[in-house]
Amino acid sequence: MLEARDVTVRYGRQVVLDGVSLTVEPGRVTGLAGPSGCGKSTLARVLALMLRPAAGTVTVDGAAVRRWRQRAPRGLRTAVALLYQQPRLAVDPRLTLTEIIAEPLAAAGRADPGRVAALAAEAGLTGDLLGRRPHEVSDGQLQRACVARALSLEPRYLVCDEMTTMLDASTQAHLVAVVEAYRERSGAGVLAVSHDDALLARWAHHRVRLGGFEGLES
Amino acid sequence: MSTSVSPGEDLPPGGPLTAGSPGAAGPSPGGDPSADGPVPDGDSPVDGPAAAGGNRLRVEGLTVSFRLPGATVRAVTDVSFEVRPGRCLALVGESGCGKSVLAHALLGLLPGNAEVAGRARLEHADGPLELLGAPEAVLARRVRGRAVGLIPQSPATHLTPVRTARAQLEEALRELGRARPRERADELALRQGLHPADLDRYPHELSGGMAQRVANAMALAGDPWLILADEPTGGLDRPLVDRAMAALRGLCDEGRAILLITHDLRAAERVADDLAVMYAGRLVETGPAGRVLDRPRHPYAAGLVNARPDRAFVPIPGMPPELTRLPDDCAFAPRCPSADGACTAPPPLADGVACHHPLEDDRA
Repeated sequence: MLEARDVTVRYGRQVVLDGVSLTVEPGRVTGLAGPSGCGKSTLARVLALMLRPAAGTVTVDGAAVRRWRQRAPRGLRTAVALLYQQPRLAVDPRLTLTEIIAEPLAAAGRADPGRVAALAAEAGLTGDLLGRRPHEVSDGQLQRACVARALSLEPRYLVCDEMTTMLDASTQAHLVAVVEAYRERSGAGVLAVSHDDALLARWAHHRVRLGGFEGLES
Repeated sequence: MSTSVSPGEDLPPGGPLTAGSPGAAGPSPGGDPSADGPVPDGDSPVDGPAAAGGNRLRVEGLTVSFRLPGATVRAVTDVSFEVRPGRCLALVGESGCGKSVLAHALLGLLPGNAEVAGRARLEHADGPLELLGAPEAVLARRVRGRAVGLIPQSPATHLTPVRTARAQLEEALRELGRARPRERADELALRQGLHPADLDRYPHELSGGMAQRVANAMALAGDPWLILADEPTGGLDRPLVDRAMAALRGLCDEGRAILLITHDLRAAERVADDLAVMYAGRLVETGPAGRVLDRPRHPYAAGLVNARPDRAFVPIPGMPPELTRLPDDCAFAPRCPSADGACTAPPPLADGVACHHPLEDDRA
């Protein structure tokens, strides 16, 4: 399980999360809903080990997280992958799509062009698109590359923070299907953060609402 | 070939025909694009959208391409539609289909390597004006902000970060020659549901919803009769999207014309009277919004509607073609379940659908 317990985060004097707990179970999709500004993205970043909370604990399959961001041990860091709303802010503009997808494998010393090609194909990217740089492709095409990159190290948990909010309905359905296929074959747990109730009703096994009232709905 | 999006019978609830759109008959499809349109209202007093009787924007055969080294991007191909006061036309399609280029072409905001053909005729109290190729001075003095208000993508980043919302709104009012800019700014803010004190904030102190309202107030500073909203809901959550759409609907109901450009079918559904679905730079289906969303006839429109999470949630296979190498035949054929040998010729937009095998409309 990927678990946040009693997590508190402050930005300056402002308390964004106040003792929030959330569990992402393996093999299941947890939906995280709530209005703008309620702290959804902050909680997603905490669970992806990208933000150290002021208080509280995060555990990944029982292992407590003590160091964050690039200081987190590689085994924990690569266990959780994060997908952002804005793919353009999440890629190096100098790299081609192939290089973007290949980056985590290369950084882990496991460069594998065949696997990169297979990941790209699964995300729906083919041919000369793969040789282009981010400014030469659409948001939807770039997000496909980000999904392929997120799956490359076979994370045990995927945190999808408004992954499809900027995209048209068809690309959204495609990318959710790619994540679902990965979840089903790998048994990974998924945290789907979205303000779109129709999407979470379709995608998530259960939903948690942050802000307003808290608790589980089925 | 000119096909207008004309008001239909089954309007969505809350989509009234105002005095600005007499009768339910748009100009007949097949009107000759080379003929001059009807004479506008000449010297009727310029007094806001209430006097917008004969106003309309008529786009015919609009084609935009960009010449790049070694390639030509055909961003918009032969697009025709009409927007009238009291009506909202939503132009929907996936990212990269050319819809924002179209908006920029209408406002003269395309980069220098753009090649534009076709007509975009603004008919209003100032007399008719051809927007395509109009001199920059004319666009700046008569069109942008005055006849046509723009609600931009991501309003928060559109504002200058180092000045308050009020400074920017009052500057716009002064440039537009409006008297008493301070009082007028307060009025505009109140009408958008903002407290006048909120105008004294800097852009980073505004929430997404407040920035949206400031953007609306800026677009309305010159009292335009036509509002061009280019993906106005980017980054807003669903309740804020709904509120932004309700605000657009309100502008429409007070007699303004709205051209909404969006990839969000649910946003379009909430506000649009008419829908135009764009694929690979062409309009593939047009018609009353309720009908197109409930009973789409073009396979692409049907695929988009089916991909919604509250419908089948099934993606359209494949991806849109590159605009640098559009096929000579139907651009959707490689992804289309109904494609066959007939699809080698590009289908014309006839009777609201550009397809050789339109889906049957059961009511027919």
